[in-house]
Amino acid sequence: MKNLPFTIAEIQKLLLSKEVSCVELVDTYMENIEKANPKLNVFITVSKDKAYSDAKKVDKLIKDLGVDIKGEHPLFGTVVAHKDLFLTEGIRTTAGSKVLDTYIPAYSATVVARLESAGCITIGKTNCDAWAHGASGENSDYGPTKNPWNTEFVPGGSSSGSAVSVASGLTTIATGTDTGGSIRQPANFSGVVGFKPTYGAVSRYGVTAMASSLDSVGHFSQSVADAEKVFDVVRGEDGKDSTVKNFKAAKPKAKIKLGIPKEYFAEGVEEEVKDSVYKASKLFEKEGIELVEINLPHTRYAISVYYIIQPAEVSSNLGRYDGVRYGGPRTSFGAEAKRRIMLGTYVLSAGYYEAYYLKAMKVRSKIIEDFDKAFALVDAIIAPVSPTTAFRLGEKADDPLKMYLADILTVPANIAGIPGLAIPSGFSKAGLPLGIQLMGPRFSEHTLFALGELYQNASGWKFKLAKDL
Amino acid sequence: MNMSKLAKKEVLHVAKLARLTLSPEEEEKYAKQLSQVVEYVGELAEVNTEGVEPTSQTTGLTDVFRTDELKGQDNLSKENALSGSDKIHNGYFVVDAVLSEKGEK
Repeated sequence: MKNLPFTIAEIQKLLLSKEVSCVELVDTYMENIEKANPKLNVFITVSKDKAYSDAKKVDKLIKDLGVDIKGEHPLFGTVVAHKDLFLTEGIRTTAGSKVLDTYIPAYSATVVARLESAGCITIGKTNCDAWAHGASGENSDYGPTKNPWNTEFVPGGSSSGSAVSVASGLTTIATGTDTGGSIRQPANFSGVVGFKPTYGAVSRYGVTAMASSLDSVGHFSQSVADAEKVFDVVRGEDGKDSTVKNFKAAKPKAKIKLGIPKEYFAEGVEEEVKDSVYKASKLFEKEGIELVEINLPHTRYAISVYYIIQPAEVSSNLGRYDGVRYGGPRTSFGAEAKRRIMLGTYVLSAGYYEAYYLKAMKVRSKIIEDFDKAFALVDAIIAPVSPTTAFRLGEKADDPLKMYLADILTVPANIAGIPGLAIPSGFSKAGLPLGIQLMGPRFSEHTLFALGELYQNASGWKFKLAKDL
Repeated sequence: MNMSKLAKKEVLHVAKLARLTLSPEEEEKYAKQLSQVVEYVGELAEVNTEGVEPTSQTTGLTDVFRTDELKGQDNLSKENALSGSDKIHNGYFVVDAVLSEKGEK
């Protein structure tokens, strides 16, 4: 695997100094992909032609505009891989499902279009659990993606390929969707930064819908600074998603209080995972952040709320796949999609709606109230991302409930619609990535980025590429 | 509150509502797996939610309007709109008949 610069700023410096061209940059990423993809199964589609035509376009812009390229193209030369849930005009988009095996979209998602006009280079479409249903990547109809640190382990899901593409140096950044942890958890298992914005900060237009009141569109990067750069390009109203609101990036307070919720360190959370978060908290304290113990008492009900609301919305969203206008027939749905469609149909059906769906919406209010109370005391929360490090391929594949419980520490942020940032914090004794999760009130992204950068600077963090295969 | 397990009959019923066809093995498997999940999420019954308003979305936005005008660049051409299907006829999608002719059963 060839080493490439890690951050957007480093790449842009090289490009402006003419030491490297975008075409050469794409050459190197392509070499890496050719080497790693057969072993890790990261990409469903590699968009070679598109990547080179984008690269030539950006090379010309650099030649014509020089340093001024930054004005209109702040992400010039940034190579991006899109989760295969993002519609890309003219490039096959499968959502990881055989239902859409031959689907070529006629338009691009807002995020795809914005990144492109900001100067990004689209390198391909990444593997994921079909329809984003999963916490391991194993539900992809195109086979599982492997964890690049140890190929016997899962990389996390559902944005499995996006996380691994960044971890293995197959792209600079990657997009993802996070409905119950599908960005933060694979970022955590794969050792990269994963960012889930506030619900309503980034347009979902052109992104295959999973559960519409929970879906948020975010991304993966090697540094927190890059996550912020990308967010500032993709966020804001596009007139096509009525949940999206423009907001002014509030400057983080001078004195930040960081909450530690004891419910996130409960039974079932591995010692190594807890220790890593405690260690990070201590580092924050040393940097002048006040640590405050807080309570989020309804956390233990988050999975139940999530596994009612989410499949209910899934069953509705997947209703559109009738095999008429595009895509294959409903017989092409895989096992997990069928399971969720039926679960959702059941909880919404006559006689059960009140006991399940309505009840879940009420407990959702209680979980939100917990966060509101907490954010009256603190500016952000620090917690583990997942109760464990990456688990083995096949370990939970036959036990859906066990797989669902892997999301327990990430779903609360989706239920409340708040932002979350997963940051690598080292490695376990077994050599698997560890990480921390920062959460904040709605639209507090820039406080999370500030905390994340503070952590990466104070810990002397240096991005480490997943080992050579 | 009835938090009973899903019988195979109910699995078949929801599959029918969702237009899914199941093999006999799938019926068995899903009856067991869905029952497990439904039983688990039944724990919500223990949470006191008296007087609690349900939350259906978290934006706090209501009645988001836009001007009712065509934006040319956002419209798909007929060709593009039909490009995802190979079952087209004279600019229309071809679908299975949903009504039968009079006298036909």
